[in-house]
Amino acid sequence: MAKTAIERVRMARANNRPTGKDYIDNLFEGFFELHGDRQFGDDPAIVGGVAFLEGRPVTVVAIEKGHGVRERMSRNFGAPNPEGYRKAMRLMRQAEKFGRPVVCFVDTSGAYCGIEAEERGQGEAIAQSITTMLSLRVPALSLLIGEGGSGGALALAAGDEVWMLENAIYSVISPEGCASILWKDASRAADAAESLRLTAEDALGFGVVERVIPEKELGRESFYQSLKEALSGKITELAALDPDERLQKRAERFRKIGAY
Amino acid sequence: MDFLRFLYKPKNELEKGGRQSAPVTVGEGEITKPCPNCHNQIPLSQLWENAHCCPICDHHFRMTSRQRLHYLVDRDSFTELFEDVRTKDVLSFPGYQKKLETTENACGEKEGVVCGEALINGEPCALFVMEPYFMMGSMGAAVGEKITRLFDYATERGLPVLGFTVSGGARMQEGIISLMQMAKTSGAALRHSQAGLFYAAVLTDPTTGGVTASFAMEGDVILAEPGATIGFAGARVIEQTTRRKLPQGFQKADFLLKHGFVDAIVPRKQQRETLSMLLRMHKGGEGRG
Ligand SMILES: [Zn+2]
Repeated sequence: MAKTAIERVRMARANNRPTGKDYIDNLFEGFFELHGDRQFGDDPAIVGGVAFLEGRPVTVVAIEKGHGVRERMSRNFGAPNPEGYRKAMRLMRQAEKFGRPVVCFVDTSGAYCGIEAEERGQGEAIAQSITTMLSLRVPALSLLIGEGGSGGALALAAGDEVWMLENAIYSVISPEGCASILWKDASRAADAAESLRLTAEDALGFGVVERVIPEKELGRESFYQSLKEALSGKITELAALDPDERLQKRAERFRKIGAY
Repeated sequence: MDFLRFLYKPKNELEKGGRQSAPVTVGEGEITKPCPNCHNQIPLSQLWENAHCCPICDHHFRMTSRQRLHYLVDRDSFTELFEDVRTKDVLSFPGYQKKLETTENACGEKEGVVCGEALINGEPCALFVMEPYFMMGSMGAAVGEKITRLFDYATERGLPVLGFTVSGGARMQEGIISLMQMAKTSGAALRHSQAGLFYAAVLTDPTTGGVTASFAMEGDVILAEPGATIGFAGARVIEQTTRRKLPQGFQKADFLLKHGFVDAIVPRKQQRETLSMLLRMHKGGEGRG
């Protein structure tokens, strides 16, 4: 039986779901983590570095929620601060310099809502991250692996293609937030989840993502193996395009959403 | 003593009563509006004469996009663009279609932004002015589309863009389509920028959420109106998330200036002069290769 939207929300948030680091460890070889934004600090909610994908060097950026209470706390539950997005931008520009494709893994309830995050320009960081991805002259691919929460997720999903796991969600606001603002009743989250059309099928239907990854074998070796092949194939395909043509297509990808 | 200035500056609603100066005289039968800051009754005629700023405490009143255009652009120079772009209830979101209809009737605008081409002190520009009275300038597909088209229009014609932002953020009734407008508008602003053209954003009260996290923060020059609230996350959400008391003046224009996210705070009555000067300053420089 088809799952309801709120069931998808729960699955997307489930503790036992593979996180960004699991994908990094299983899809790439020799991941070397690079820390810091060179301006303020190092955001543990975003992991980035260089690795090999089937022998090809790539830059990897992942929002990391962590496993277990301790790690989840230390990673701020995958809610990035501005310095996290600035680290991601630094690594993406570095990828551009060395002609490396960029792969991003997105899993966040949203960019962190904090006093210091505002002081350091959370909005500016997200805006610049979107623009950076849109202007990157190397192939850029994003995977929504769990929660795709609003601008904090889009900041790392403005590349050539976005893929989404079957039970991941992508939404402009959390169902709880939507229900409490619209209906002054957070307990109506299930209704809000339904109305927001936040499932992978919805996103595919709206042209917001290009591919939905089945979860039947989620976390198993076979899952990572076929994902690795798909990723590698797509990067080969994207890399064959002229950079200007690739940028043109990337721009059109967003230009056509909600066009009249 | 500049550092003491904040002591005297009225903080909206917090400083009950505000500063008192000569009382305003109200003509018989004249309609007045209470100032949210100093609580005096201000006759509408005086508000209009004063660029919708309080004649007593200089509080910048919220105003419609049309009023703003009235103060800003050269008389009869404004040509509206893309006025027929309307949004659609793509998600069939409960109650949204009705909300759109009542909003349009109450506000008189068809969407949350007005776009066009105009002269400011003789300087040509493309401009967009967001509309606070249309669902608080929330960004749905039509708002994103109009702003995107305006940037592309300006890029084709080599025009600078001036953008006045006011927004409660994304329009959640349009779900993920609304979120994508952040990337769509950013793409258009990027094309405009890559063509070497000038874009100035003027952030007015309030500019929040997805608009702050996209084109509001992408200007070559970013200005703010005095007292405007500007931020990504809402103050109440931050309070609930952090369980901390917010510092005074949090997310106000002065706070953004202090933290380096706006270039200057420009009072409404100076905006015409400042913007036309900036337009002149950013005309193709001779140093360009
Ligand atoms: Zn006043």
